[in-house]
Amino acid sequence: MSRADVLVSADWAEENLNTPGVVFVEVDEDTTAYDGGHIPGAVKLDWKTDLQDPVVRDFVNKDQFEKLLSEKGIGSEDTVILYGGNNNWFAAYAYWYFKLFGHDRVKLLDGGRKKWELDGRELSKDTVSRPATAYTAKDQDTSIRAFRDEVIAAIGKKNLIDVRSPDEFVGRLLAPAHLPQEQAQRAGHIPTALNIPWSKAANEDGTFKSDDDLRKLYADAGLDESKDTIAYCRIGERSSHTWFALHELLGYPDVKNYDGSWTEYGSLVGVPVEKDV
Amino acid sequence: MCGAPAQAPELPAYVDVTKETVIYGVVSREGAPVPAAYVRLLDASGEFTAEVVTSATGDFRFYAAPGQWTLSVLHRDGSARKPVDAAGPGLVEASVVLS
Repeated sequence: MSRADVLVSADWAEENLNTPGVVFVEVDEDTTAYDGGHIPGAVKLDWKTDLQDPVVRDFVNKDQFEKLLSEKGIGSEDTVILYGGNNNWFAAYAYWYFKLFGHDRVKLLDGGRKKWELDGRELSKDTVSRPATAYTAKDQDTSIRAFRDEVIAAIGKKNLIDVRSPDEFVGRLLAPAHLPQEQAQRAGHIPTALNIPWSKAANEDGTFKSDDDLRKLYADAGLDESKDTIAYCRIGERSSHTWFALHELLGYPDVKNYDGSWTEYGSLVGVPVEKDV
Repeated sequence: MCGAPAQAPELPAYVDVTKETVIYGVVSREGAPVPAAYVRLLDASGEFTAEVVTSATGDFRFYAAPGQWTLSVLHRDGSARKPVDAAGPGLVEASVVLS
């Protein structure tokens, strides 16, 4: 796997807006950004209402995912180019999610919506509709998804990477600072976790740093390449960004994203928590 | 400090400003508010803490904690950095002028 297999540039995207078999998908937490102007031809996915089960805290199941993508006009053989706001956090989450359901032809737009806007590239308010497809997904590939018991068992044994900001890691903040700080869970981090903020993997325009810079970042921070790795954040979207850097760009074989992340772990009864403030 | 009108943020009703440290303001350039600017909140070590995009009226808002922060603003028409000292919980106004 190389960078070109998983990441496309804004220039490439602009040249391939009308290429058959290429579908652009904007993924956001707040889809008003899409409604205010999106990449021409792109369809939207709402991180919460489309990808999360409305009742149980879990993902939509395989049947629901197939129905969703069929309605959006995305085919199983299409190359899906994902992008979004928040420095591609939710697009990276969707990338991981597409891989979870076995969609191989998926790539991220490097820099996402931010780079596209900073470059002054075209945004469209046109309604996009694509003919429905008969999308088929695979069963979840849980080799890339970590659950709570395995995270607890990984303390002191595997690489645990907490990709939240340093203030969240030490327990001074409970959420990224664009959100109110009154939250239900306890503050702090999982013992033995390394704090390698997701933002260290990205440039200020939202593009990923070079492979050499990324490899040095994780090595300097103490990642043990001989061990399996689990990345987490607050709700699993920023850790998808780091999962992408480790698993897709650098090619580390055993990397999982813990989507339960701190909102689950920090609410569990009796688990060890470290707090530094 | 800038031409934009002083604007108190419209906080959601559930936000308790006796507990939250709200850093807010308007991004402006040549006296006009700048929508769609990327505003980053950096911690005392300069590390990313959060990022928002300014509203149609140029407004931004963060929920931080007491301490030293830096705002870093990026827009295709300019950029700016500004230190912010949040002494305690409550509203901390920190408007930014792009150059």
